[in-house]
Amino acid sequence: MSIEKKEFRPKIVAFCCNWCSYAGADLAGSSRLGYPADVKIIRVPCSCRVNPMFILRAFEKGADGVIMCGCHPGDCHYSTGNYYARRRMTLLFSMLDYIGVENGRTRVEWVSAAEGVKFSDTMNEFVEKIYSLGENVRLGDLRCRS
Amino acid sequence: MQELKDRARELLADGTVKRVLGWKIGDLPYNPEPAYFETEESLKDFVYNGFCGANLSKYMIEASKLDGKTMVCLKPCDTYSFNQLMKEHRVDREKAYIAGVGCKGKLDIEKIRKQGIKAIERIEGAGICDEAETLKIQTVYGEKTCAYADAMLERCHVCKGKEHKIYDELIGESKETADADRFDEVAAIEAMSPEEKFAFFQKELSKCIRCNACRNVCPACSCRKCVFDSTKFDSSQKANVDSFEEKMFHIIRAFHVAGRCTDCGECSRVCPQGIPLHLFNRKFIKDINELYGEYQAGEDTGAKAPLTDYTFEDAEPSIVGKRG
Ligand code: SF4
Ligand code: SF4
Ligand code: SF4
Repeated sequence: MSIEKKEFRPKIVAFCCNWCSYAGADLAGSSRLGYPADVKIIRVPCSCRVNPMFILRAFEKGADGVIMCGCHPGDCHYSTGNYYARRRMTLLFSMLDYIGVENGRTRVEWVSAAEGVKFSDTMNEFVEKIYSLGENVRLGDLRCRS
Repeated sequence: MQELKDRARELLADGTVKRVLGWKIGDLPYNPEPAYFETEESLKDFVYNGFCGANLSKYMIEASKLDGKTMVCLKPCDTYSFNQLMKEHRVDREKAYIAGVGCKGKLDIEKIRKQGIKAIERIEGAGICDEAETLKIQTVYGEKTCAYADAMLERCHVCKGKEHKIYDELIGESKETADADRFDEVAAIEAMSPEEKFAFFQKELSKCIRCNACRNVCPACSCRKCVFDSTKFDSSQKANVDSFEEKMFHIIRAFHVAGRCTDCGECSRVCPQGIPLHLFNRKFIKDINELYGEYQAGEDTGAKAPLTDYTFEDAEPSIVGKRG
């Protein structure tokens, strides 16, 4: 029996807020701007809904990169959600960096509903970055590996 | 200590307090344990010495629900925790009579053992009133000595100072013990390569037996329902998980107290595996200080906690990569 060596296709989770970034992704779609199918979008009501645990869980279950997108600071649908999210994510990413996880695997980007181009560019860039970092071996749970 | 005991007796006798929250003699010379004393009679077991590291402020959560006042003995560092608990509406100031007790550094039995001193029968010099610089330790193998400072808990070397942040009366003398910077170790890790960092934490965290002592003792971890008790959270069963689970546990534990941890040092003190949990807490404290301005939890009950506050100009998360 031989073990087939599969080509690396990253799994990327993108948490997008309902009001800006998810609409931005929609716009990218309807404007026929491409982004890799490796990106799986999870819609959240607000970037502030993203619990640090969501990010860790995504990595645990096999994600190679996690990106969070929300409305630009000042434009949050709930006025201040993204400000809290920004502090939380900064501390979390810094902690991940501190325990030795490459910080290129995590990212936050503010994408408004009018920025379809930015959404597509960001995703293309991020996917490329993850391709260069390779598979995430430091954070995954072995049981979740296929 | 006699002064403290006498005061406790007086307060019990005149009915100011219904009970005293202090430490009682343990079964070994180095393990006094937190205890309630409700009668003058029971105070015979009351003790306050160099081994009374336990922070009693968390017990005030339950004591606040009891009838009448409780006299609680708090060291300078413990008062930060009490303040923090007050800010979070977990303890009732009216139910506490705070005796701010002096402190000249608390001892860590593991540090004594590491010097090869075992089978300890008696320890002299750990009393709070004597000015001894060395401990005289009677073991079954004869008498040994150990410098007081060498046997001190890590946290006492980076003590925040001997000023009680809240009290009703002060009893006993304190002595300055700080001789190190609390962020030195964190900075040393930050300077490592990702591989070294990962290897360092892998080595430390793989020792964790998930006894939850670090959580149970922590005054900031006072939720009635804890995420780690959920059966859906795999870390409740360490036996069948892989190495990531413990990192998850540690990151989440530290994150839940970020901005609220007073750096009281209890988690590191109680860990049976000697895991330096303060390295996680202090990383968050250091980042918060650097990014959002100096903040000491428990210092000022009016100040806004860093994670429930924001400014328009806050750093973007991408700063993590840029700081190097
Ligand atoms: S940290 Fe300071 S106040 Fe607290 S036990 Fe140590 S020396 Fe005493
Ligand atoms: S006290 Fe130590 S061994 Fe126990 S759960 Fe905490 S880190 Fe793990
Ligand atoms: S995390 Fe540790 S140092 Fe911080 S408050 Fe809790 S027990 Fe004290």
